[in-house]
Amino acid sequence: MHKQKNNVAIPRSDKVFYAVVNVIMIIILGVVLVPIVNIIASSFSSGEAVVSGRVFLWPVDFSVEGYKALFASDKILTGYANTIFYTFVGTIVNIIMTMLAAYPLSRPDFAARNVLMGLFTFTMMFSGGIIPNYLLMMNLGLLDTRFSLIISGAISVYNMIIARTYFATNIPAGLREAGMIDGCSDFRFFAQIALPLSKPIIAVLVLFYAVSHWNSYFNAYLYLSSQEKFPLQLVMREILISFKVDGDMITTGEELVQRQNIADLLKYSLIVAASLPVWCFYPFVQKYFVQGIMIGSIKG
Amino acid sequence: MKSKTVLKPPARSFAGRIKRELERNGQLYVMIILPVIYIIIFAYYPMYGLQIAFRKFNPALGIMGSPWAGMQHFRRFFNSPQFGNVIVNTLVLSFYNLAAGVPIPIILALGLNAMRNKILKKTVQMATYLPHFISSVVMVGMLIQMFSPRVGMFGNLYSLMTGQLMQDINASPKAFVHMYVWSGIWQNMGWSSIIYLAALSNVDSEQTEAALIDGTTRLQRVWYIDFPAIVPTAVILLIMNAGQMMNVGVEKVLLMQNNLNISTSEVISTYSYKAGLSAGGGDFSYGTAIGMFNSVINLILLVVVNGISKRVSDTSLW
Repeated sequence: MHKQKNNVAIPRSDKVFYAVVNVIMIIILGVVLVPIVNIIASSFSSGEAVVSGRVFLWPVDFSVEGYKALFASDKILTGYANTIFYTFVGTIVNIIMTMLAAYPLSRPDFAARNVLMGLFTFTMMFSGGIIPNYLLMMNLGLLDTRFSLIISGAISVYNMIIARTYFATNIPAGLREAGMIDGCSDFRFFAQIALPLSKPIIAVLVLFYAVSHWNSYFNAYLYLSSQEKFPLQLVMREILISFKVDGDMITTGEELVQRQNIADLLKYSLIVAASLPVWCFYPFVQKYFVQGIMIGSIKG
Repeated sequence: MKSKTVLKPPARSFAGRIKRELERNGQLYVMIILPVIYIIIFAYYPMYGLQIAFRKFNPALGIMGSPWAGMQHFRRFFNSPQFGNVIVNTLVLSFYNLAAGVPIPIILALGLNAMRNKILKKTVQMATYLPHFISSVVMVGMLIQMFSPRVGMFGNLYSLMTGQLMQDINASPKAFVHMYVWSGIWQNMGWSSIIYLAALSNVDSEQTEAALIDGTTRLQRVWYIDFPAIVPTAVILLIMNAGQMMNVGVEKVLLMQNNLNISTSEVISTYSYKAGLSAGGGDFSYGTAIGMFNSVINLILLVVVNGISKRVSDTSLW
């Protein structure tokens, strides 16, 4: 007895096709997840187990030694605090600047629209490059200031275009006209009608900007020189990549081995701890990111 | 258009039109003034600063005060022993990146789109988007840890299977290119597939139904219906990537670079950065000249590829 479903019965050749696709997808799933799971499992293992290579996908000799060492390091905690500051303040500045540019550029009756749009989009194709930017920061006296990380990249033209497209397609022209008849100024319309209507796109942009602040190291690497201003990524760069382990981590004798083990373990814990905030939010906000890409792909 | 012009008041002088625009839209100008000032200072002023590539820049004299040097810095770059090496490394890395990085997200998107098991589909999507949000420092840190011959997962698997210690891949000039490209694909294949999935969701369902009636297999529908649907998107992305071709990301390369793999990992952007800003006082003008050479080539590539695409396929950025 056959159940009558909406879809047509699947021919044999297609069954093979679907099976092959599923197998390929499961392989891809494995390739993506195994490294991540290995890092997380290692971070919760003992230093000795990590160094002797016994950890694969599940913690061995479960321990939180790595995390303890992590949170005992002033350097890392300062980095964390700095990153939270840069992400928070930087994102607020980003959103203000982006919205201020996007709204006027979304208005078809704005005479300077095409000229200004050209001014913005040209910067996506051509830029002065690293050294002239560095000289600018130097001339403005912003080298080694926290402000330099907030102000550099205060507006992403790509994100601005996303916001502009959203304004242009989601705020009905009739609404603006009705407002005009009632004597509503552009300021008021923007603040009290356009912005509240664009909450979804603001959420997307907050995520885009916040993640990029959280993950960036290069501007800090260029502009900052004092350790106490370093964001987490720059601190991590020293520990993970330049193999710089704090002097106090290595002492003599028997302890040396143990401390070296913990230094190795710490790297895994650091990777997890630095990525965790993003990974935690990710499942809940994934659809907003995707939405952002979709809006961005509409040719404005 | 024409009916609108009839409604407009009689033509005024230029100043009159500006006045009228400011009366109507003045507040819009107030809103946008801050971003415009910002972009002029932080994007256009550095472009103006590019002229130090043609000067002998001295910080004490400033950009305008420094003496002209003509093409001296460019000649120095073209004649330097590094020149050939750096160009070749850049091209190899970007072509490889393009050749491997473009098809894989397309295949992933076609596969995802053809899946019947929705739970598995969602799981794969969720998992493959995730690595996009890993920072370059963490990514390179993961590579170093996992491929470490002694403590890393892959090093250990290698030892387990062969009984020998794996050679240190992070220090190998040959492995650098593969590590760079494939870690990039690992990070971005899911994220890049989103845009193709969007294109696939617009496939005309009548076409699919007609093909079903004709008794096509699913594989045939992927090839004759789904694939053509994403070609325009792929072309646009290819043009955009071509414009970035020489712009191999300085951030990640710089992190992966070490003294042992420098023979393949030195690309134009890292070389420019080091020549200009390296510790111990780099030469600002020289570094800028190299960076400018890079930007100009990128711009030319973008324009040329866009032009070709416009003629061949009617798909273009502008």
